[in-house]
Amino acid sequence: MNDLFDIGGKSLQSRLFIGTGKFADDTLIPQVCEASGSQVITTALRRVDMDAATDNIMQHIPEQMTLLPNTSGARNADEAIRIARLARAMGCGDWIKIEVISDSKYLLPDGYETAKATEVLSKEGFVVLPYMNPDLYVARSLVDAGAAAIMPLGAPIGTNRGLRTEEMVRILIEEIDLPIIVDAGIGKPSEACQAMEMGADAVLVNTAIATADDPIAMGHAFGNAVAAGRQAFLAGPGATRTLATASSPLTGFLGGGQS
Amino acid sequence: MSFLPACKELDRQPLGDMIRNFGENAVLRALDKPTLSSEDYMALLSPAAEPHLEAMAQAAHKRTLQHFGRTIQLFTPLYLANHCSNHCVYCGFNARNDIPRSQLSMDELRVEAEAIAATGLKHLLILTGEAPNKAGVDYLEEAVTVLAPIFPSVSIEVFPMDEADYVRLIGAGVDGLTVFQETYNKELYEKLHPAGPKRVYDYRLEAPDRGCRAGMRVVNIGGLLGLDDWRRESFMTGMHAAHLLHAYPGVDIAVSLPRMRPHTGAFQPAHIVDDRQLVQIMTALRLFLPRVSITISTREAPEFRDNILPLGVTRMSAGVTTAVGGHTKGNDTAQFDISDPRSVDEMCSALKTRGYQPVFKDWEPITSPGSHEIAR
Repeated sequence: MNDLFDIGGKSLQSRLFIGTGKFADDTLIPQVCEASGSQVITTALRRVDMDAATDNIMQHIPEQMTLLPNTSGARNADEAIRIARLARAMGCGDWIKIEVISDSKYLLPDGYETAKATEVLSKEGFVVLPYMNPDLYVARSLVDAGAAAIMPLGAPIGTNRGLRTEEMVRILIEEIDLPIIVDAGIGKPSEACQAMEMGADAVLVNTAIATADDPIAMGHAFGNAVAAGRQAFLAGPGATRTLATASSPLTGFLGGGQS
Repeated sequence: MSFLPACKELDRQPLGDMIRNFGENAVLRALDKPTLSSEDYMALLSPAAEPHLEAMAQAAHKRTLQHFGRTIQLFTPLYLANHCSNHCVYCGFNARNDIPRSQLSMDELRVEAEAIAATGLKHLLILTGEAPNKAGVDYLEEAVTVLAPIFPSVSIEVFPMDEADYVRLIGAGVDGLTVFQETYNKELYEKLHPAGPKRVYDYRLEAPDRGCRAGMRVVNIGGLLGLDDWRRESFMTGMHAAHLLHAYPGVDIAVSLPRMRPHTGAFQPAHIVDDRQLVQIMTALRLFLPRVSITISTREAPEFRDNILPLGVTRMSAGVTTAVGGHTKGNDTAQFDISDPRSVDEMCSALKTRGYQPVFKDWEPITSPGSHEIAR
């Protein structure tokens, strides 16, 4: 089955996006890329140091990966726009993940400022992937603003608490005609699989891989889980029922239509 | 509203006694909660928590890993001047101390900055004593203008100032503010600061609020451990950080945990904080405020710094001198003696050996007039 994921003019075979933060050693990144099969990797532009002779995170990102710089650190639309332009000027390409966060306690995204940044940057030709709370109205405003996909959170960043926003993400999957990439909060491969089974188009995982005892093995596990979830979604899971279907029904004696 | 009204109210409470009265059940309850109340934090600072230090350490490690990963941000202080009009009894810069006084010229500063930049460090903390007629806001603004094109992040640890002055320095390229209250015990504070502008407790206490309102990206607070009952001081520090987090959600709040160090002068701390107690303070703080940055400076010895890495630390200083021009001129005007003299390379090597990544750059200036700006 050739099930490619088209986004921003690229066709991707893997629906797992990964991150670069929190690793004990950036030299693990190429091995995690390979083990997970991921083709898209996000990095915070604020941590990119083009001047560093060594230990520049960009040196560890394999060439075949699509780079998704993010605007981590931006507290309003204007700052996100500046970071995006800076990323493009530094040669990081046209993909940009918008993160506008002005809450340092829970790191929840600001939907209004995110939509403003998305509108400006999409007009400038960026492939804009905004990180957002799974809110239908915000999602619609992001569609109108020209987003290439939306990235609703499963739980607050870094919490590994899983798909806590399941019902809201389900509504977005049903209602929004853009790729849905579940971002943040996914802590276990089973949770990534769950998101994919629901019909999400992709998931982004960073903390759960980077802080695992064995990040390479965990990357591999997530790659498999995302693929399995996607296959299950495409296969069309059987209907679920609240009541059991009895093999000896109590109304069998009525015999209606079954004679 | 600033922290002052809440601080005054807390200062009236017998906090030390309240903390000492918690029992083991309260500690176990706190350890079992995903989100801790101020009472839970008190319980973890209590003597009843001491037998549970390992459990606190394990939980703090888990939280730190979750929110910060295996990374440690490195920075170094740069002392611009040691002129000071204060009489802080515990400080080497005390106006009465007979030490060589100096202040870097802009040319000297550039040389010092380039020496630091050559080590690879990108986050800089600049310090002065409190002598506004010599190293005032004008001087700091000029210094920051020299430093901003070299360092993506420049923080200040100087005298407290008005909000408008913070705005001015942010305009020049400052993005972080450190203000230590030293002690939250007002009565003791006035004894320890017998003369000089630092004597005004309320003005200093409200400086972090003014910095947050002015638009600082990072605001770092702390008490000087050793001056007063550490349980009370640690509780007040945590409450101060919690206030700032709540009142200014867009600001990254950080806490430093400095212990008293030997210095020029005869002052001896009345409340020595030992290693176990510092671990209790750090792990309790991490569990109470899982997302705040925690800094451990070179006041601590190398082996201790290495061992406490997993317990909550997220920022460390490296390649440190506390003397004016100490990176190029020597160490004869040091504010206090450091315990960890390791170079930046040695620190990186130690971190990597322990499975941690040293992070040199964690900020890209986006609003400063520095060289990083992309014009449209």
